[in-house]
Amino acid sequence: MRSEIRGKARRGAGTGWSLKAAAIAGMAFLHVPLFFIVLYAFSTEDKSFVFPLPGLTTKWFAVALGRDDIRHALTLSVQVAAVSTAAAMVLGTLAAGAVWRTRFFGREAISLLLILPIALPGIITGISLRSAFNLMDLPFSFWTIVIGHATFCVVVVYNNVLARLRRTAPAMIEASMDLGANGFQTFRHVLLPSMATALLAGGMLAFALSFDEVIVTTFTAGQQTTLPIWMLSELVRPRQRPVTNVVAVFVIAVTMVPILLAFYLTRETHDVAGSGK
Amino acid sequence: MTAVAATPSVLSRLSTVLYLHPRAMLLLLLAPPLLWLGVIYLGSLFALLLQSFFYIDEFSGTVVHEFSLATYAQLLTRANLDIFLRTTSMAAAVTVAAAMVAFPVAYYMVRHASLRMKALLYLGVMLPLWSSYLVRVYAWKLILAKEGIVTWFAEQAHVTWVLDALLAIPVIGGPSLSISYIGTFLVFLYIWLPFMILPIVAALERVPASLTEASADLGARPGETFRKVIFPLAVPGVIAGSIFTFSLTLGDYIIPGIVGNSRPFIGQAVYQLQGTAGNIPLAAAFTIVPIVVMSAYLMVARRLGAFDAL
Repeated sequence: MRSEIRGKARRGAGTGWSLKAAAIAGMAFLHVPLFFIVLYAFSTEDKSFVFPLPGLTTKWFAVALGRDDIRHALTLSVQVAAVSTAAAMVLGTLAAGAVWRTRFFGREAISLLLILPIALPGIITGISLRSAFNLMDLPFSFWTIVIGHATFCVVVVYNNVLARLRRTAPAMIEASMDLGANGFQTFRHVLLPSMATALLAGGMLAFALSFDEVIVTTFTAGQQTTLPIWMLSELVRPRQRPVTNVVAVFVIAVTMVPILLAFYLTRETHDVAGSGK
Repeated sequence: MTAVAATPSVLSRLSTVLYLHPRAMLLLLLAPPLLWLGVIYLGSLFALLLQSFFYIDEFSGTVVHEFSLATYAQLLTRANLDIFLRTTSMAAAVTVAAAMVAFPVAYYMVRHASLRMKALLYLGVMLPLWSSYLVRVYAWKLILAKEGIVTWFAEQAHVTWVLDALLAIPVIGGPSLSISYIGTFLVFLYIWLPFMILPIVAALERVPASLTEASADLGARPGETFRKVIFPLAVPGVIAGSIFTFSLTLGDYIIPGIVGNSRPFIGQAVYQLQGTAGNIPLAAAFTIVPIVVMSAYLMVARRLGAFDAL
């Protein structure tokens, strides 16, 4: 009996150890590749991905800074992400406001409609927008990229804001009305402050999503080059490989900040921003 | 007070009207998002589906705007069927592997990690999920390159023969990892893994502690409790995750183009058809395949209760 118990305990310890190893291996698999991206940004070798690196240098950072094509691509990406995020924040908040307290015919369909652009493969969204622009004889421009991006960013804002609204007590709104505030004042002084952090978190995630998007963008950008498109062309036809790495490091940094902020802004609530990409 | 009531501002009068007419309020709220997504997005999607019923005139190379199933017949050629088979097998392989790698991570996160550790792990899964897709694909290009990291580690560990044996396997092997299905598979697995981990975490978190305690009280060993209580309750999470890994692999056209041999996947075929070939009808018909496959998949997943774990 005793040996059986001890055997069980030992077996338990054994599974615990192998489980931990598997979990560590899984997490390492997720993170080690990013480490190599950073490492290769300092490589002196620019023709191949030879490992170990022949030498280390920081000159590629200066080279990347001086490149006009990179600067233009970055500017375009930031502008597109800013405008798409703004559009998504307005549309997502409106949709969340509509779904929140009213029951109406087709309410469930709204969530489905909002989620569809990220649930369907990006290539389908991209190609349908492109062929629609073609059918309407709409030339590719800054705005065609924004239309594509805002379409799949809306759901991120919507999810965050709706989750927050569901935890806002309806009594607060009634109290505000009872105290003489009209609907707009109630929105401005009661609803907006209570959903501000969720709205901001949704906006951050939408920005990160748009800043990084490449699949839909290749179909809606025409000849314009956003940063991810620049990167894609470097991946297909590499020129100075470490410069691509420098840009990659930069992109990692730029997307990490809004994601961490979004996480921080919603950390005290039950459903943390970003769990539903 | 009376003065205010006597001359209410335009805004508060408007707000009263809206309050008295909730339908109008609803309409105002819903109109912009519905117009955007319903008209722009669904409209283009519908237009695309419509075009799959047109066909290309073989002599002039222009699109003939007449209803026809000719384009769908072209889908059934040997080469195209190979593309579907290649893509769906890859999606299935990636999904199974992702479930196997993700489960221990999720299980450790939910049932063994301390609260602080758990938050850290959660962030560790979420950061790659949201961080740059292209950067992460690029990382594998340099890891798998012939002169790159994997080769070097294999040499150091004197296991180059294992690598050579892997690459010598017909079909999935190739001249180097970055030009083989093994490479494509690894990158897919890496990129979509967080999509599998998070739903499993969500499902495991919903297993009540009382259930596992009851199981132990009734004499089940930890292994039995896992097999008969925890795992069945986690299955909806695995299926929810598989929806993402499967669908994302079906539609991706960038990963197989960067890491892999030159045989096309569905996404690449669609990209070429609409771009260089200018054959929008066939490209549109091609996109029907992932839509149909995913709809069937979603229906099965719904039956198995995966939607509650999303």
